[in-house]
Amino acid sequence: MTGFHRIIKSGLLSFRRNGLVSWAAVLIMTVTLAVVTSLLLLQAVLSFSLEQIKNKVDVTIYFTPGAPEEKILLLKESISKLPEVAEVNYTSAQEAITIFRERHSDDYPTIQALDEINENPLGAYLNVKAKEISQYESIANFMKSDNVLVLGSANIIDKINYYENKSVIERLNNIIKGAKQLGFVITLLLVIISIAVTLNTIRLTIFISREEISIMRLVGASRIRVQGPFMVEGAIYGLAATILTTLLFLPATAWVGRNLTSFLGMNLFQYYTSNLLQIFIIILLSGIILGSVSSLLAVRRYLEK
Amino acid sequence: MIYFNDVSKVYNKDSVGIQNVNLTISSGEFVSIVGHSGAGKTTLIKMILAEDKPTSGTVSFESLDVHKLRGDDLTKLRRRMGVVFQDFKLLPNKTAYENIAFAMEAVGKTNQEIASDVPHVLELVDLASKIFHFPHQLSGGEKQRLAIARAIINQPELIIADEPTGNLDPVSTYDVIQILKKINDLGTTVILTTHNRAVVESVGKRVITMEKGKVVRDDKDGKYVI
Repeated sequence: MTGFHRIIKSGLLSFRRNGLVSWAAVLIMTVTLAVVTSLLLLQAVLSFSLEQIKNKVDVTIYFTPGAPEEKILLLKESISKLPEVAEVNYTSAQEAITIFRERHSDDYPTIQALDEINENPLGAYLNVKAKEISQYESIANFMKSDNVLVLGSANIIDKINYYENKSVIERLNNIIKGAKQLGFVITLLLVIISIAVTLNTIRLTIFISREEISIMRLVGASRIRVQGPFMVEGAIYGLAATILTTLLFLPATAWVGRNLTSFLGMNLFQYYTSNLLQIFIIILLSGIILGSVSSLLAVRRYLEK
Repeated sequence: MIYFNDVSKVYNKDSVGIQNVNLTISSGEFVSIVGHSGAGKTTLIKMILAEDKPTSGTVSFESLDVHKLRGDDLTKLRRRMGVVFQDFKLLPNKTAYENIAFAMEAVGKTNQEIASDVPHVLELVDLASKIFHFPHQLSGGEKQRLAIARAIINQPELIIADEPTGNLDPVSTYDVIQILKKINDLGTTVILTTHNRAVVESVGKRVITMEKGKVVRDDKDGKYVI
């Protein structure tokens, strides 16, 4: 316990006495952690936007006018049971005409034409949302399959708009997949670069102390007594950099929140502040692990000599 | 206590550290190793400290072959020796007090022992007033006295002083040698390397003379003869 206490104390003292060198390492580490935080936020924005796009995609099954409601509801029930389906909304012919009239309330000729027909030209429809964009095809296929024939619904289906939107949906699906993969690759690349930069900075700070390390060994200090304080110092770099990064992102996300909310579709400041604890813990752990492991690796080089 | 058994160190064809050295140093001796620069004095010291490996032959500390020790065992051996270097090798970011405390911590002394022994040893080397000074705030002689204090604090069986007076003025040189003699009088074995004639003659004990990596003279009450 005394040994542990001495290692912590020695690391703290060394951080304080190294002055500028310590703060230079903290600044570099702050850059790394800022990259990590930016990537976390970027991922949030990306998945939020993708979710928004996904929600805009659906498949609508139009029924012929006058199709019996109980048959449609029967079909709705069997579609709801499909594992791929997230939700199914039924809009009756009456509701459809009401929505149509509302939407075209300014379009006098259309409304007048509708009034002249004197009967509802629109059929009911089912709005189907899948859990994943890639699953729309199998839902559309279900509609073509024998199951529907068994239910006796084939003759009441007017059209399914999936076939009209097929190419758009497929393209969107590919874009989303691509965006996710690209996001992952960029994240990985940036994280690797930042880790390499931090690792080298810490190696430089320890290079300055290489003479000290060999003296400690000559005086008869054990490996852990030599490595320990450097690891503590590395962990302090991580802690200080985490605090700096967290504080820096408050005004930064506030600015983004004020100016770019409509562009991003979400308020980044709100997201940042409501997830502050999780983000803080993630970057704190990254910082401490990065700092202490880099120090451990760097000191080991000089311990062997 | 220390046995060199036909030890050679060859760096490359043109550079030979030491050649076929056979030596025995007994407990309680004060041995001065003299010779020009490059005669092999420092290589000899490095062999005892296991800082460097011999090309052939063995070096033993009592019954231990020092070059077969690894990790913890080597650390334990080094704790039985105190070392003083020409360039002091003090920890630059630690005060005089902390430099000595570190050596005590390394061998697992308690905080109470450290608090009571450090001021005492600093007084012994006449540095009581510089207890909270950093090495860069001390003169050459003071740094060397601090290095000696660090070397003796754990009461080692052997003190190795490699050119300890090389960077010092005559007054500081005299102080350092007096301290080493006092340590030897208290029973600790001392190995001193130097090329300072006055130092060797003021000690007046066993002198080993080296030349081109070989031991050329070994006199009991020797003088500096080159």
